[in-house]
Amino acid sequence: MLLPALSLVKADESDGGFVGPSIAEFVPPGLLFVGTPFELNRVMLIRLLVVFALVLILWLGTRRLQLVPSRGQAALEYILGFVRNSIVFDTLGEKDGKRFMPLLMTMFFLIIGMNLTGIIPGLQIAGTAVIGLPLILAVVAYVMFVYAGFKKFSWRYLKNSLVIPGVPWPLHIMLIPLEFLSTFILRPVTLALRLLMNMVAGHMLLVLCFTATQFFFFSVLANGQLIGLLGIGTFAFGIAFTVLELFVAVLQAYVFTILTAIYIQMSLADGH
Amino acid sequence: MNVVGQLAPLAFGLAAIGSGIGVGIIVGKTIESVARQPELQGRLSGLMFLGIALTEALAFIAIAVAFIPFPAP
Repeated sequence: MLLPALSLVKADESDGGFVGPSIAEFVPPGLLFVGTPFELNRVMLIRLLVVFALVLILWLGTRRLQLVPSRGQAALEYILGFVRNSIVFDTLGEKDGKRFMPLLMTMFFLIIGMNLTGIIPGLQIAGTAVIGLPLILAVVAYVMFVYAGFKKFSWRYLKNSLVIPGVPWPLHIMLIPLEFLSTFILRPVTLALRLLMNMVAGHMLLVLCFTATQFFFFSVLANGQLIGLLGIGTFAFGIAFTVLELFVAVLQAYVFTILTAIYIQMSLADGH
Repeated sequence: MNVVGQLAPLAFGLAAIGSGIGVGIIVGKTIESVARQPELQGRLSGLMFLGIALTEALAFIAIAVAFIPFPAP
């Protein structure tokens, strides 16, 4: 599975032989069921693997719950407790938080699992680095906060979310379209784009660092040019960015979940 | 001398100036407020993330501009 990244370094005359990563990185060739609508490429296989691993971890971790937790159960309870207390209950409160807990918990674990594959050696691409998954998650969040508002206020929800109380009425001509744009269009778009672009940029950085390392060591240094020792620097940066990506993966899962929780909370709030 | 390349990264750079400053101000002010009233941290960090989400939007739209298939002139 490392082969697609390595094969980027091809003989090319204009740049001294070095070819950087391109956007083609994210549309790898199909591997299974090629030619059918269910064609699976590397990214899809990684996503399936992540779902399988998540189900396995959560099932094994919660199969025999004990009052005095084992080490694995304690670790899982710590993460679940973090999501429950500092994401869900802090923004939505206990009563509404319990209703939306399954959704937000699923989102957090799915995103963190998909993001982490970006730095696991051998997988090396995040499941969220292709638009499909972030788009689906953003649509789910969008449907959920609109549904929550409509269920509580029916049509008054539109007035709650579009009309800002306490401004002189001529300003509404300008403010209502702006509020509509920011609430119903920009929110889902930015949710999807934030997750996607963070993962895409992280993946590009890592590919750039490691292909440069490979180029410096095996094309330049192997030819006897000492400038190839720069590869040590690019390798060190690659490792440093891998650690940064670990942080970004966790942070993006946190931000996506907390923003969904905040959007639901704003739909449920009575005016604003 | 001919310079060949894309303008989209430049657009992202320009957009990132604005949202970088904006996010910096938001986070800085939140830290100031938490230092004054630590008991409000939970609510303030929620507001902070909301503000960051709105401010950052411009930078992310700027990245996405590179992938919009504009018709060639």
